[in-house]
Amino acid sequence: MRPALRLNEMMEAVAAVPPFEFFYVEHRDVVLGFLRRRLGGQAAEDAFQETFLRALRAYDRLEHGEHLRAWVLTIAARLCIDSARRAKPISHEVPELPVEDGRPAYAQIEHLADRLPPTERAAVVLRYAYDLAYDDIADALGSTPEAARQAASSGVRRLRLSAQGRDLREQIPTAQKPGRIHDRLA
Amino acid sequence: MTVSPDLDRRFREAAAAEHLLDVGFDVIDSPIGPLLVAATDRGLARIFFDPEPEHHLERLATTFGPRVLRSATTVDAVHRQLDEYFEGTRSSFALDVDLRGAAPFAQQVLDELARVPYGHTTTYGTLAAKVGAPRAARAVGTVMNRNPIPIVLPCHRVIGSNGSLTGYGGGLDVKEKLLRLEGALL
Repeated sequence: MRPALRLNEMMEAVAAVPPFEFFYVEHRDVVLGFLRRRLGGQAAEDAFQETFLRALRAYDRLEHGEHLRAWVLTIAARLCIDSARRAKPISHEVPELPVEDGRPAYAQIEHLADRLPPTERAAVVLRYAYDLAYDDIADALGSTPEAARQAASSGVRRLRLSAQGRDLREQIPTAQKPGRIHDRLA
Repeated sequence: MTVSPDLDRRFREAAAAEHLLDVGFDVIDSPIGPLLVAATDRGLARIFFDPEPEHHLERLATTFGPRVLRSATTVDAVHRQLDEYFEGTRSSFALDVDLRGAAPFAQQVLDELARVPYGHTTTYGTLAAKVGAPRAARAVGTVMNRNPIPIVLPCHRVIGSNGSLTGYGGGLDVKEKLLRLEGALL
């Protein structure tokens, strides 16, 4: 366990990025649990390694150490989406989703969610871009499923208010997942 | 959901193999107690007599970068050479060192220290004279006291001008043990 911080250290350390070892040890079990539920068995173990390698590649560019669990679960969720896309043969009955930047779902709402306070932003992105269950979002935010649901819904409400109805609808993509993000936000 | 030791080890090895770490470290056993050994891509950076990672990782991250991870492979060569040293089969280390974070004077003194041969001792005053500051024996003592890589940079071979062992970061008993191992003390 890490030693307890003194008060002045806590005030300085609120947003500091911890050494990767601490971050990894704190979140590895939750990430593996999430991946096992999504992918099962060997695929989960492969994705586990790739999740933390990706986190490591980006780690020295982090500007603060807040919401790191949400961040790493976002990476894991993105891998699950990629893995599902690779695993499914392309069917003509289901329209293929546009791929931008390897993370289409997030790219579609990133510019909207950027306006939100961090917790609501994390909840909205994990719920609507990555389709995480509220249990998983609660894990990510270190809160309860009910609090996660409230954060997501107040994030959506805030987006709706700030975008003045019709303008917001124009910004929300309708091509991807027809009727889904649109219906939830509208 | 607990990450198995095997999965954990595979991730740590992959992280090191891809050179994604600012600092890799491990805790190794030795006849003078467990040692925390840390290395960067440039070379061996730290040896701590206090093996508790929680006491050192924040500072390592500040000096070298936040991607600090326990990974045995990053300190393999150091581990092997230390084993040989303690077995009495190695009298000099063939290791690059990373002295980032040390002041220029300290670097100069540590460079000179590295030349003090196995089984010999020198004094603080002699070392001071060798770096061109013959009156700086006390400053040299301070550098020895803060030596980031004891054992490999052999501050245990530096003693008082009256032949007393003076002090040692790992404790005087350790200094005595190392000098006996090297045959410098009977």
